[in-house]
Amino acid sequence: MATPATTPVSQARVPARASAFSRLFSGDSITYAVVFLAALTILVITGMLVLQLWTNGALSREKFGLSFLFTSKWDPQGGDFGALPFIFGTVVTSMVSLIIAVPFGVGAAIFLAELASPKASDAMTFLIELLAAVPSVIFGLIGIFVMVPALNVIVPFLRSHFGTLGIFSGPFYGPSLFSASVVLAVMIAPFIISVSREVLLAVPRDLREAALALGATRWEATWQIVVPYAKTGIFGSVFLALARALGETMAVTMVVGNTPQIAKSLLAPGYSIAAVIANEFSEATGDLYTSALIELGLVLFGLTIILNGAARFLIAATSDRIKK
Amino acid sequence: MTGELSLRRKSVNLVMLGLTGLCTVVAVGLLFFVLGYLLYQGGSSLNLDFFTKLPVPTGEMGGGMANALIGSAKVLLLASVIGVPIGLLAGIYLAEWANPTYASVIRFVTDLLNGVPSIVIGIFAYSLTVLKAKHFSTYAGGLALSVMMIPIALRSTEEFLRAVPNSMREGAMALGATKSRTILTVVVPAAIRGLISGMMLNLARVSGETAPLLFTALNNQFWSPGWNQPTATLPVQIFTYAISPYDDLHRQAWAAGFMLLFFVLMINITARTLVSRGGTKAR
Repeated sequence: MATPATTPVSQARVPARASAFSRLFSGDSITYAVVFLAALTILVITGMLVLQLWTNGALSREKFGLSFLFTSKWDPQGGDFGALPFIFGTVVTSMVSLIIAVPFGVGAAIFLAELASPKASDAMTFLIELLAAVPSVIFGLIGIFVMVPALNVIVPFLRSHFGTLGIFSGPFYGPSLFSASVVLAVMIAPFIISVSREVLLAVPRDLREAALALGATRWEATWQIVVPYAKTGIFGSVFLALARALGETMAVTMVVGNTPQIAKSLLAPGYSIAAVIANEFSEATGDLYTSALIELGLVLFGLTIILNGAARFLIAATSDRIKK
Repeated sequence: MTGELSLRRKSVNLVMLGLTGLCTVVAVGLLFFVLGYLLYQGGSSLNLDFFTKLPVPTGEMGGGMANALIGSAKVLLLASVIGVPIGLLAGIYLAEWANPTYASVIRFVTDLLNGVPSIVIGIFAYSLTVLKAKHFSTYAGGLALSVMMIPIALRSTEEFLRAVPNSMREGAMALGATKSRTILTVVVPAAIRGLISGMMLNLARVSGETAPLLFTALNNQFWSPGWNQPTATLPVQIFTYAISPYDDLHRQAWAAGFMLLFFVLMINITARTLVSRGGTKAR
């Protein structure tokens, strides 16, 4: 009733020129243009990042081709570059850190999601998320001066029990693949805990209650019903942690020993992709050297992109299923 | 028979649940250990020189990190000035305007960029700036960190804007406000606590980043006037001092680690309490 009355009035008040002006610069179209450009910037930046890595690594890619990934000679003076020791170090340290961190992380997540009272659980999760905010260079600092010396206590035990396997043999001087793995494990555990806890909390209550009503113990209900239901999401958290471990630079650089070799023993020093870039990039002389390091960056980029994609897919798959 | 079985089940239950508790205790204990050790080592290494003096030549005792403190502040300022507006505006686009197809493409690319290891971001900033200008610089460091800030700023902005109920938007529009006015005067103010805390957490995250600065801002023994010269920064200084063979430099690395962690944790705690107090209102 009021609408037909007000429309002519407002049209009468606004002069025609102003309405054309305001339609052109109503604010909405300008705001739209600005926010759209900002969003576009992100696509441009990511595109440029890939392009820069690709073009600046071209020299090394053309010279070595795919053999770059499978040869293990790293000789800056002779101009011969192979990435295998670094790929080996990155993969081994990440995997061993997962082997250490996953049981701890999932265990703590189960406790926080299933057993602890909501208040205590929130408080402890808060603390654990603070642990995730500690910069990696500080983990490196603590790694060098505290954790690695502390490993000297554990290593003789490992050597006497698992020495026959060969992975805990040989001398231990401190900086090594094993030290890097332990420091990495401490760094990625908070991620596994907080993401897994979220996934576990999203499992419907009925399932737990049904299992308990059928006479299952608390542990049986958790381990046989809740955890399998949240399995995909927990895997997602592990992939996320793995992607972080692969790209982790400072803490690894500080404790891995920085020796480009493929050693059978975890107690021997090694190297990782991120660490070699961090150590040698600013001092790299010659275009081929720099471009080999940039190609290493591209390899690392590819690895983490694949893992991140897989992680997000798995987490999304679990939460979709829970929603249905 | 059944009694025996249930005893076994009960003890498995107790043992396994106890183990999960132990995992939690170890994880939380580690945090306190990290904090406590840094407080103890770093706190006792701090002195006035740390804040006021320049580094001394290698091998000499004393000196401080005044230039690294200023350098870090400059790099972070530049990173925020570039990164926060882009991330914020793009977040507004995603939450308020984007059609679902564009939104999912941008969200996907943002997650991709967020997952790129920081050292690779360093290479990117290096090839954009240092490779072209032929020298390391403060602005190169700022640029590297801004690339890290953008995706985080975007996702946190989008998340907090989405938490604002649609009825508020509809109410504003029903009163005749344009879309931009609705966003500016209704949606953003409703989410402001979340937005601010998101930006604070973002700043805390990049303030500890070392890898992207290693070959962009590099390092500097002296003051770095302007934006065009290499500069010392706190995280890079911790790294170089920690791997050096001198005890006095180790002491300073602990002091710098203490300062950095103090900064990061203070921001984290402030930001999280800000959200938890305002969050209930928005949801």
